[in-house]
Amino acid sequence: MSILDWFAKKNDSVVVERSKLDIPGNLWVKCITCNGVLYSKDLEENNKVCPHCGHHFRLTSKERMKLILDKDSFEEFFSTMQPKNALGFKDTISYDERIKKAKKSSNLNEAVVTGKGLLDDYEVVVGIMDFSYMGGSMGSVVGEKLTRAIEYATEHNLPVIIFSSSGGARMQEGVLSLMQMAKTSAAIYRLKQKNLLYISVLCDPTTGGTTASFAMLGDINMTEPNALIGFAGPRVIEQTIRQKLPKKFQRSEYLLEHGMIDYITERKDMKPVLSRILGYTSHKKISKGNNNGN
Amino acid sequence: METNKYILEFEKPINDLYKKIDELSILSSDKNKKELNLDISIIKDKAEKLREKVYSNLEPIQIVQIARHPERPLMLDYVKNVFDDFLELHGDRYFGDDTALIGGFSNFEGQPVMVIGQQKGASTKMNLYRNFGMPQPEGYRKALRLMKMAEKFNIPIITLVDTPGAYPGLGSEERGVAEAIAHNLQDMAGLSVPIISIIIGEGGSGGALGIAIGNKVAMLKYSIYSVITPEGCAAILWRDAGLSSVAADSLGIISEKLLEMKVVDEIIEEPLGGAHSDRQKVYKKVKIFIKKELKRYSKYSKEKLIQERYDRFRSIGEYYE
Repeated sequence: MSILDWFAKKNDSVVVERSKLDIPGNLWVKCITCNGVLYSKDLEENNKVCPHCGHHFRLTSKERMKLILDKDSFEEFFSTMQPKNALGFKDTISYDERIKKAKKSSNLNEAVVTGKGLLDDYEVVVGIMDFSYMGGSMGSVVGEKLTRAIEYATEHNLPVIIFSSSGGARMQEGVLSLMQMAKTSAAIYRLKQKNLLYISVLCDPTTGGTTASFAMLGDINMTEPNALIGFAGPRVIEQTIRQKLPKKFQRSEYLLEHGMIDYITERKDMKPVLSRILGYTSHKKISKGNNNGN
Repeated sequence: METNKYILEFEKPINDLYKKIDELSILSSDKNKKELNLDISIIKDKAEKLREKVYSNLEPIQIVQIARHPERPLMLDYVKNVFDDFLELHGDRYFGDDTALIGGFSNFEGQPVMVIGQQKGASTKMNLYRNFGMPQPEGYRKALRLMKMAEKFNIPIITLVDTPGAYPGLGSEERGVAEAIAHNLQDMAGLSVPIISIIIGEGGSGGALGIAIGNKVAMLKYSIYSVITPEGCAAILWRDAGLSSVAADSLGIISEKLLEMKVVDEIIEEPLGGAHSDRQKVYKKVKIFIKKELKRYSKYSKEKLIQERYDRFRSIGEYYE
């Protein structure tokens, strides 16, 4: 080994590629549930689940996809669609500014990624919402992308899996956002008419108009532990009924107890469970040889 | 003009003029009658002009106030005055009966229909009974049950929308109000009978949409339809519910704007002063509208009805490709 080799090697180890966490202070992360201090690399290697208490941190759409789909199998649909300030909406800053900021900070064109891919060699259409883009709110683009994806699945006889993570309808698009609830739900109706499978995975948090439309309509409704899922926000409810809410209210386990959720799974088991459901519902894995021509 | 008990802030100058007219009429005697009558007619003229001016330049937040006016005709007022009769049907068959979202059989000029809508209370006591027109899951499930029955017997469905929103309560959440609304949105897409929806007052978000998947969606002129209340929007975006008038401007909740965006298909005119100032006129307009739509849809096939409704909602949305 020459001296130069020795230097080169050292340089290699300095450049460690590490995707960013959406939590400030990149090296160490404090778990919001157990207050444990976690080394962020460990946390990422554990699918962003706290190794001490099992708290599930939020995932970006990219991370979710990596976790669920087979490597390099994803083909994105309608990626260029962008939101429009149809109402000329302005709060503290204009909606156009907000769109720009969201795009920059999340590196996404909108709050949902749609497309098709393979899950354990089962061909599936997926929609993955991303809370880091304007709180995962549903405006025209989210509604349209999901509807098109569902229609694509309906046409091609494919199962649909949607991962929700959304504060609800996007205020900045007014009633146009509300109408996306109707649009997506109608598309789900047509998918089900063809006896095609729809699995809804309600991730932390899923609230408002998203819950009150496609997210609650799965043949199977699934979630991860302790995810916040509800219609009205807890603060609004407390103000309305003027009493403290029960512990764990609007959390996964609470919803399961009340009959709204089929199954709660830890993140590491999400893909295997989805794969099993696809198996139970008579889906066929594609044979590897066929993979390319299709 | 009928004098109203509840005078909205922006109506006060108009109301003051009418008060003056009343005072003058009391003062009038044989001696000064002629003179006073002239004054009265001048003031009356002025009042009418002012009313016209005020009502042609209403701010969205003022329209919100008219939509929520305590004397505005409610769902059951329309049922009584627009339809021949009403047989209310109760219960969702799972948990209970919702008094805020009601429905039943009815005849419209001899044609059987299913009428469904949110009912607010006309008084505080009735409002408590009606939960201020805020339905719980049972309401939506009952509505869907009745709609499916209407489909079974091939009866058109007419929904009258007037709610601040679905009830944000503990039990409401526990029993899955989101699921109930979602289920309605999904299944109404497949109903093979005509659905005609009219927003008669407040179209409050998902709670309104849950019964408003119409082939045709109309709005009374001074009603509103919104993704969130202006107060709620202001509280979230500016942390100040006092800025609700700004939110009302921004959210695009008034009938003209919604017609432009094709969220509603038609505006049913109201008299200046709002529906409560001349109820009979409004009932008549609503009647004409329903008659026209029922006639049109009587020629539609089941497939065409479903396709039209799907396309109607499918096409709503603004984006860049």
